[in-house]
Amino acid sequence: MLILSRKKDQKIKIGDDIELWVVDIRGDTVKLGIQAPKHVKVFRQEVAEEIEAANQAALSSSVDLPFPDVEDKS
Amino acid sequence: MTLQTKAYGPMEIEQSQLLEFPEGILGFEGYRSFALIDAHKKPFYWLQSTEETRIAFILIKPSIFHENYDPGITLEDLEDIGAPSLDDCLVFSIVTVPEAGPMTANLQGPIYISKKTRRGKQCVSPRDEYKTKHDILEEMASRRE
Repeated sequence: MLILSRKKDQKIKIGDDIELWVVDIRGDTVKLGIQAPKHVKVFRQEVAEEIEAANQAALSSSVDLPFPDVEDKS
Repeated sequence: MTLQTKAYGPMEIEQSQLLEFPEGILGFEGYRSFALIDAHKKPFYWLQSTEETRIAFILIKPSIFHENYDPGITLEDLEDIGAPSLDDCLVFSIVTVPEAGPMTANLQGPIYISKKTRRGKQCVSPRDEYKTKHDILEEMASRRE
């Protein structure tokens, strides 16, 4: 793994069209700006993992829906 | 066509109910073809894989239990499903009914389906206020207050 040190306002370029920018550093939190083409998916790793875990849990749902009937007014 | 469904066994499915998910669902990228089926119980739907019976998700429209849901998804995010506008899309949350505990909906990873192209995808909301487990009944109750 390549490890680089950057200061506030400095950037890293990945390939021709991806740019990471250190917007702010406060305490143990780094704020990053990310410029990437539309087809490159960018999201926090734990968010993607949480959604996958939620999808997995959803699959084991009971097929009986314990829910009062509600009209869809939307 | 007749489709074997997880919830209701064999069902007659119309062509208009068939959807393509070019990227699948997060964690289930291998399944691309689904049918949208009204659940016997309102206001739920089933997103049933046409390839594998056990792959079926319960869906609900977020507007039913969550006021002013705006996950911050833009038309750019929906480019790969060819949605002509945000208004063209149906938006759903995947529901989890655990053995114990409250039924929850995932507002962080909404399902967008273009009515025009009949393609769908699971988006990732960039907004921190949306979690993977929103208590549906609790939020409904607090809306009525």
